Amino acid sequence: MTENGLLQITLYFVALLLLAKPLGVYMAAVYENRPVFLKRILAPLEAGLYRLSGVKPEQEMRWSEYAGALLWFNLFGGLAVFAMQMLQAYLPLNPQQMANVTVDSAFNTAVSFATNTNWQGYGGETTMSYLTQMLGLSVQNFVSAATGMAVLVAVIRGFQRTHAECIGNFWADLTRGTLYILLPLSFVLALVLAGQGVVQTFKPYQTVPLVEQVGTATENATQTLALGPAASQIAIKQLGTNGGGFFNANSAHPFENPTPLANFLEMLAILMIPAALCHTFGTMVGDPRQGWAILSAMTLVFASLLFVTAGNEQVGNPALAALGVEQSVGIGQSGGNMEGKETRFGIVNSALWATATTAASNGSVNSMHDSYTPLGGLVPMWLIQLGEVIFGGVGSGLYGMLVFVLIAVFVAGLMIGRTPEYLGKKIEAFEIKMAAIVILIPAFFILGGTALAVMLEVGKTAVANPGAHGFSEILYAFSSAAGNNGSAFAGLSVNSPFYNIALAVTMLVGRYGIIIPVLAIAGSLAAKKTVPTTVGTLPTHTPLFVMLLIGTVVLVGALTFVPALALGPVVEHLSLAAQHLEQ
Amino acid sequence: MTSHIKPAILMLLFFTVLTGIAYPLAVTFSAQTLFPRQANGSLLGSNGQPLGSELIGQAFNRPEYFWGRPSATSPTPYNGGASGGSNQGPTNSALIDAVQMRIKALRDADPSHSEAVPVDLVTASASGLDPHISPAAAAYQISRVALARHLSPDSVRELVERYTEPRQWGMLGESRVNVLKLNLALDQRLK
Repeated sequence: MTENGLLQITLYFVALLLLAKPLGVYMAAVYENRPVFLKRILAPLEAGLYRLSGVKPEQEMRWSEYAGALLWFNLFGGLAVFAMQMLQAYLPLNPQQMANVTVDSAFNTAVSFATNTNWQGYGGETTMSYLTQMLGLSVQNFVSAATGMAVLVAVIRGFQRTHAECIGNFWADLTRGTLYILLPLSFVLALVLAGQGVVQTFKPYQTVPLVEQVGTATENATQTLALGPAASQIAIKQLGTNGGGFFNANSAHPFENPTPLANFLEMLAILMIPAALCHTFGTMVGDPRQGWAILSAMTLVFASLLFVTAGNEQVGNPALAALGVEQSVGIGQSGGNMEGKETRFGIVNSALWATATTAASNGSVNSMHDSYTPLGGLVPMWLIQLGEVIFGGVGSGLYGMLVFVLIAVFVAGLMIGRTPEYLGKKIEAFEIKMAAIVILIPAFFILGGTALAVMLEVGKTAVANPGAHGFSEILYAFSSAAGNNGSAFAGLSVNSPFYNIALAVTMLVGRYGIIIPVLAIAGSLAAKKTVPTTVGTLPTHTPLFVMLLIGTVVLVGALTFVPALALGPVVEHLSLAAQHLEQ
Repeated sequence: MTSHIKPAILMLLFFTVLTGIAYPLAVTFSAQTLFPRQANGSLLGSNGQPLGSELIGQAFNRPEYFWGRPSATSPTPYNGGASGGSNQGPTNSALIDAVQMRIKALRDADPSHSEAVPVDLVTASASGLDPHISPAAAAYQISRVALARHLSPDSVRELVERYTEPRQWGMLGESRVNVLKLNLALDQRLK
């Protein structure tokens, strides 16, 4: 690691932690419907939305009603995206005359954007019309993110309330999250990105002559530059942990991420809301230390794994060193494993992005994870498999982490022989059952899906790289779908009916199979009384508890996935060390 | 449960108007007003006759031009209409073969050179459109370009230095050379 590399990483952490606190406190005010500045401007719009939709924001819902409203809303959202793709050829704003998308791909993409996964089996600039990107995908970027945040707020209310039947109004939480948090942040970020060179236009693709004329054939003499209303979509895809790129190369594309500053801001946007929500949690439960404890656990895991990825990528590929390739960092180059990376980002910014985007369930990429060194690529995959709780998706990361907190206090309770409690709520059999479901569902679908794919011919032929790396591609795909991440070892050809359907099912279960038990926990907690804190109560804001929480997350992740990882990245690492190449 | 259907549909409709129409239009209007050049693709040259985009690389193979990063886009390299990387894994023999070929092409074009090749010059970029190479990769090619153009290496080096961008704000990203701009400057087509 170079001095400048450490400086860039430090700068990132400082900016992230400095922004998280004020944003977190602001979001708490938004969700508790306290007066904030933007309300003065946007309150009439909010009231109008409720009136026109026939929603009474003060009318609260039980957990089952909350889940019902959420599911209906997401169902119609998914259907709208599906319909738009199936009909885009007949709709306006399609200057490149994109054809209608195939049924299985449209289904996969609809599920993918409604579940906040943004897995992309398609190439943006070769598949989607401007209208589909804007009216279908961008809209889901906003509302799927707001959905995740709403569920989190409902869970927090479960801790806040005693003897309560209801956990809030889904429509109000959805609207406030979109209107007062996601929209203003996206607008500002989109404009800054456009200033750096991210395109934002409705013009058709631009044709330019090539400087070096190849041969005499006229078809070779020009280059087509894909354009579109990209900046507006990229801002929200970063902020809402969506990750679905406007272009196929996602944030590696120079029109999607043109400069190091744009890259820094896009990376900051990945973790900003998930980190800030820890403070929202601390503020809303009336004990900011609880938020700090969770944020510390997340940051420690993230920082340690970042150095594993950055270190391995900086060392480079030993198979290339033998050919006479200069991979060491020196004057005039950042060196390292540059296959699938961009020169302007180099190793540090590629590794930092890869770690952040998989710690959060963002899934956007500024380098191709498929070309990472075996251990450099193991880290992003394992971060997803940990359950997307190290920052995680907006809302979903923290509610996932709170489930791990329940497991951690349960484990501690078993060790010291007391009924486990968290924030004054007794954690009993029902909560632990639901927590177990939350942890087991993704593991079952990741490992089961991978097993199914490697047994089927259609699963195996999609693999791009031979040997153990091919297995990693499949394992990564199912991990990404179940964790609602959306990044990929993108060599895998996933735009086939088998993968489109298998991964869509995995995404659905990975989203709603978790939201429903989590809301059930929220409902159950809200109904409980609060027990007073005594000397015998396990404090949950101490470094000891932070370590216990990290231990719980890491141990569950390790025990579940190490055998599968051993067959993929670990085997590949050993064979690379032995200079054994795959044909 | 069915009582939520109506608000679900209406809410979706309003959010579609708000975040799918009003928001992108507001961003487009603001970006086109404040940053018209950037919002339309950072084109070089005059508006009527663009020379290319500052942000999108082009393929160069002749000895008198600086070569950019290898590009894995299909069907042709640097296809600005279909971005993407090679996605080759580190143990894939196809990657090793490709790198070997690229080294050979560099050596064949300039037999006087035998030192190790900077890694970014022989590995495919993530987007396939990377407009930059590292200063080391540019320095590696100076002797070839100078020879092909009958220029002194020092004058070419001077030009390379002029088109070398430092880290943004002195610390972000990596320093880099814009290949298209450098080549246009060599052809004296850039002011």
